[in-house]
Amino acid sequence: MFRRLDPKPAGAVTLTIDGRVVAAAPGDSVMGAMLLADTPAAGRSPADGSPRAPYCGMGVCFECLVTIDGGPRRQACLTPVRDGMVVTTGIADD
Amino acid sequence: MRRSEFDIAVVGGGIVGAAIAFGAAGPGRRIVMLDEGDVALRASRGNFALVWVHGKGLGRPDYARWSARAVRRWRSFADDLAAETGTDVGLEQRGGLLLFLDGEGLTTQAAACRRIADDLGADAFPVEVLDHAATARLLPAIGPEVVGATFCPLDGHVNVLRLFGALHEGCRRRGVDYRPGAKVAAISREPGGGYRLDTAAGTVAAARVVLAAGLGNGRLAPMLGLSAPVLPERGQILVTERTGRLLDYPTGTVRQTDEGSVMIGASKERVGFDTGTETEVLAELAASAVRMFPALASLAVVRSWGALRVMTPDGLPIYAVDPSGTAFLATCHSGITLASVHAGEIAAAVAGGTLPDVFAQFSPERFADVQAA
Repeated sequence: MFRRLDPKPAGAVTLTIDGRVVAAAPGDSVMGAMLLADTPAAGRSPADGSPRAPYCGMGVCFECLVTIDGGPRRQACLTPVRDGMVVTTGIADD
Repeated sequence: MRRSEFDIAVVGGGIVGAAIAFGAAGPGRRIVMLDEGDVALRASRGNFALVWVHGKGLGRPDYARWSARAVRRWRSFADDLAAETGTDVGLEQRGGLLLFLDGEGLTTQAAACRRIADDLGADAFPVEVLDHAATARLLPAIGPEVVGATFCPLDGHVNVLRLFGALHEGCRRRGVDYRPGAKVAAISREPGGGYRLDTAAGTVAAARVVLAAGLGNGRLAPMLGLSAPVLPERGQILVTERTGRLLDYPTGTVRQTDEGSVMIGASKERVGFDTGTETEVLAELAASAVRMFPALASLAVVRSWGALRVMTPDGLPIYAVDPSGTAFLATCHSGITLASVHAGEIAAAVAGGTLPDVFAQFSPERFADVQAA
């Protein structure tokens, strides 16, 4: 659904999202990497169990909380990707 | 700039203004809602979303009655909003608790509730005093330090973001002309009757005016010969990440929203017009909440903020009407609880119907001595 507008991003980094290896570009946010990899769901709503995806993309809505390198509840939209980063979403066990 | 003519101009687009505009709107009635916009101080930001009567009106049975009437009307108000706008405002009204970590606090509160009940007589709203075990049956998540609670089965809470959206959507559907960025600079009476309002978005003429501008009412009221000695009271609030259902009932200071987050509040500070936060105050709120509900300790706080709520010298609302019966003022601390009667009785009065007793009971004239002193 999402595609990168810049056809030739400068450089490449590799991270894993729920164990899947994903390519991204330096400067991308973890949220961007999730969306480009077609794995937008960050977790499930504790209220009704529905899958939730990043909404505001600017640090306000807290719908994009994921575990990054073991650190829980990190905002994917505000965290830049880094080579070797390990991202675990709240739907990893589904 | 083009002038527009209206039957009613409501100044203020927060919960109070929107509830009155929504209730007053109807076929053939031209209403404009003049809103300052997102730069406004917006007491609506600092509310705790409670629909609450419990503990209100000590020594003032008229306020207890008005609050009780509002709370009893809330279900049908929420149903009307849902039917008209498609928005479920998430009203949960199975009762609410005031929790106590010390026996003295509980004793004092219980005595206050008994006095209110005695004053009200047959109109009394039910309040039970619960010990730790009885409190734990309603809220199993309480910690060992909770000595007990008072419980009122009429109380509840709503999703205020949806309430705000539903009121504005309801206004739109009922034909209210909403004007953001329209801070009112001056209001004057027209020689032939009616009012001229000079706003940041042009001039508006209206036969009737309602001031529902919260803290802004202090500045605006004298333009209509009214008064509103309102004061800012800062409330700092924290909200946690979403979590599974932990609390089935709201309490006065901690409640779980229908979306799963837990709201912790709220400080009561007199710091002028400062909307900031202070770590010590937030830490104190969080520590007290964790003593009440130890499981909160493992949740991340995702946001905290300060907002200015509206206070009056005696904490009660102010409802005013000028001698001509065409200029009104409504301002209060409990804009969520009272939204149902603002959309009901107050809106009806503004639209030309009967003035409810609250215009006499909560007139700003009660502060005349204070102001003269």
